[in-house]
Amino acid sequence: MTNTTPDVHYLNCEKGFKSWFWTLDHKRLGLMYMWSVIAAFILGGIFALLVRMELMQPNMGIEENAALYGWSKELGPANLYNHFFTLHGAIMVFLVIIPGIPAALGNFALPMMLGAKDVAYPKLNRFSYHLWLSGAIFFVLALVTKGLDTGWTFYAPYSLTTDTAVVFATTGAFILGFSSIFTGLNMLVTIHKLRPEGMTWFKMPLFLWAIYATAIIQILATPVIGIALLMLTIERVLGVGIFDPTLGGDPVLFEHIFWFYSHPAVYVMVLPAMGVVSELLANFSRKPIFGYRSIAFSSVAIAIFSFIVWGHHMFVSGQSDLVNVVFSALTFSVAVPSAIKVFNWIATLYKGSISLDTPMWYALSVIWLFGIGGLTGLWLGTLGTDIHLHDTYFVVAHFHFVMVGSAIFAFIGGVFYWWPKMYGVMYNETIAKTGTAIAFIGFNLTFLPQFIAGSKGMPRRYFDYAEEFASYNYWSSIGAMTLGVGLSIALYALLKSLMGQRKAAPANPWGAVTLDWQCTSPPPPHNFDHAPPVDGPYDHELVRWNNDLQGYEPVDPVDGDPNLARMGSAKLA
Amino acid sequence: MINLVPHLLAFQQSSSEQTPEGSLFFPPKASNFAAESDWLYNFIFWVSAIAFALTIIATVYFVVRYRKSVSPEPQPSPSHSTKLEVIWSVIPSIFLVIMFWKGFELFVDYRKVPAGAYQIQASGVKWKWTFRYPTGAESEVLHVPMGEPVEILITSKDVLHSVFIPAFRVKQDAVPGRYTKLWFEATMPGTFPLYCTEYCGKDHSAMTTTTVVHETRGEFEEWLKGALNPYEGLTPVQSGELAYTRRGCNACHSNDGSANTAPTFQGLMGLTREFEDGSSLVADRNYILESIVNPKAKVVQGFQPVMLPNGGQDLSDDERDFLVAYINSLKAN
Repeated sequence: MTNTTPDVHYLNCEKGFKSWFWTLDHKRLGLMYMWSVIAAFILGGIFALLVRMELMQPNMGIEENAALYGWSKELGPANLYNHFFTLHGAIMVFLVIIPGIPAALGNFALPMMLGAKDVAYPKLNRFSYHLWLSGAIFFVLALVTKGLDTGWTFYAPYSLTTDTAVVFATTGAFILGFSSIFTGLNMLVTIHKLRPEGMTWFKMPLFLWAIYATAIIQILATPVIGIALLMLTIERVLGVGIFDPTLGGDPVLFEHIFWFYSHPAVYVMVLPAMGVVSELLANFSRKPIFGYRSIAFSSVAIAIFSFIVWGHHMFVSGQSDLVNVVFSALTFSVAVPSAIKVFNWIATLYKGSISLDTPMWYALSVIWLFGIGGLTGLWLGTLGTDIHLHDTYFVVAHFHFVMVGSAIFAFIGGVFYWWPKMYGVMYNETIAKTGTAIAFIGFNLTFLPQFIAGSKGMPRRYFDYAEEFASYNYWSSIGAMTLGVGLSIALYALLKSLMGQRKAAPANPWGAVTLDWQCTSPPPPHNFDHAPPVDGPYDHELVRWNNDLQGYEPVDPVDGDPNLARMGSAKLA
Repeated sequence: MINLVPHLLAFQQSSSEQTPEGSLFFPPKASNFAAESDWLYNFIFWVSAIAFALTIIATVYFVVRYRKSVSPEPQPSPSHSTKLEVIWSVIPSIFLVIMFWKGFELFVDYRKVPAGAYQIQASGVKWKWTFRYPTGAESEVLHVPMGEPVEILITSKDVLHSVFIPAFRVKQDAVPGRYTKLWFEATMPGTFPLYCTEYCGKDHSAMTTTTVVHETRGEFEEWLKGALNPYEGLTPVQSGELAYTRRGCNACHSNDGSANTAPTFQGLMGLTREFEDGSSLVADRNYILESIVNPKAKVVQGFQPVMLPNGGQDLSDDERDFLVAYINSLKAN
């Protein structure tokens, strides 16, 4: 095979800690975000396994719990389990899934997809990453001091009086909020201002539409969680009387302000994931996405509608009956654009030429997992069924299917997709696919039984439960361990690709025609030697397989440069 | 395929069977709301299952039919189809509207309390429920008569809690500083779990009790008479022991010397107490009485001042006397 790995690229052009920590290169920042998010995911995952170990069998009482783990006394009056589920949720939401795709994959790929040298504000980008690190430090501080036992939702009045490291955690989340806002701002401006000549809005790859819609939410909604947590901290420290009923405050007010952000936040998690899936399905079917405009418009529609449905988290909170009816009706409005994306994805497969490489396994998994996750939202948006299901394990299963099954699986699929571009190496497909399959089976085994535990009445956040829920919990815990094994194998496949005898990756192993693949693997520090010519993002006939390269090459290269394709005009919606 | 049919029927049947243990997916149908709630659940289930099955079948079929080895190049196909996209937007929307509407109708029933419903007050405090009846009787287990509407007026004395009776399909948060309510009509005699389902700290998972449904109003009234004075016929120390658990003191204060979030009662009388502010005294009946009524007045060294006055309960004067008597009886080993 002809080796096309360049001698000098963005990874080796500069060396040393300072060249990474103070870098302005979006690719290096993207990589650091990726590894940081993976590290946080492993930490959050350990807490999840601790939770599932506790729940594997009923009748593990507090005394046994304390004896088993032995350190609950140092953490104060609150039960150790309560710390585990809180930290699992807080780490996953604030450190992993919200930054995840936009900060890691968006940073790495988005500027290249625009044929640009970098994002609009590289220094702000670096600052966003430093903010992520600072926020993470505060969470670690919470972890090693008094812990956190409020649930990731911080509901008052419990969060006002619990003797745990609430202020460290709210400070961490506040800082992470700014990381998210600045990332969103950067992406928004980059897409507005750095699109190349010829790339009109409807000729952008759909990943960019997804990041754009996400950025709208990040900028408009995140300040509200900052305010919510700031108010909570002030209340806790100064006792003003905003949420504390003994001082004339209202606990339900906190819920409103909290969920006003936290509902749009879940679309910050899912929209980029859908963007990745659109790219993967298009490229591995060698076809444009069916209904490009619908996907583009539905992304923005979801972003807008996401702001008006927060009350569906509060149907039994004591808010008025009228408000409940309004929120239920509005909630169904968000279901339609989400559903049509799935149908468009499936129509993309029709008459395509489908390669089942590892990233495609993830994209197809998301169809199954988002299908279940999205549909189970219907039970919860429907008032008559939500009364029974709210705050039960049905909700836990629902949100894991969308947050993990859709967002995380898409994130991992994106990592497998862009890995050859990031590192210039190919991974072992067999190991990667084995891990993927085990993870998929493990995930389903973990969360499908939880729907039934929920409809049978098992409440959330219980470390001990009635005998009737035992078998569901047992199998769920087996599933969690299986999921852990599967994900570890997938990670191993990636790490192994960097060790020992590396298998060099061509510039374009997957045959994509988006601009991020029109440069070497790994790319040069400035991405492109010349600005790549632009037309349609999904005109796959512009590249063809070259056996020598073990990758795709342009059919009609520009100036004989194998990294530049002359794109014909694409027939887009 | 054919062999699946009896299983599917059994599945449908089992989810509507009236058994005390409930069915595969649901708790027993023990209230007026259960049948409708479960019907709606099943309606959403079948619509979703069929839609999901169609998407998965299409996905698998396309992946197999158009895999690269048999389809080396993509074939020409439309890049969009307004007609198709309208159809697959409108048809799901119709089902969504039906789901919303049926949910709304059931919700109206959930919220409209029938006139003359029997009112019971529920008060949640970490980590115990207390139910108060119109006669003034109190219990930690919810007792209701079958076949009549019962309204539960809910509040919390400290943090958010939530009343959840799965068998009745009812749930409502307990919010400190306000009243919320739920209502139901029990349709089946028996005992059914009642859970706290809004996270409230250490013993959230233990803040469970039961709902006892009395088959006749007469049986219920009979119980109610007995509940009026639970201490009848007991000595002060025995009454104190009952109050110790009934009033939830046992959640934080052990009676056998074991460590917990609050000082143990064992051997308390006559013990020299050291307080956070450096002062100390020998524990006597007056100290114990003050600590019940005003727990923050003297905080024992090494403990947090979290207890509410009277433990957040409406203790009667008698109950306070009983508790003091009981604590006095707990000698050190």
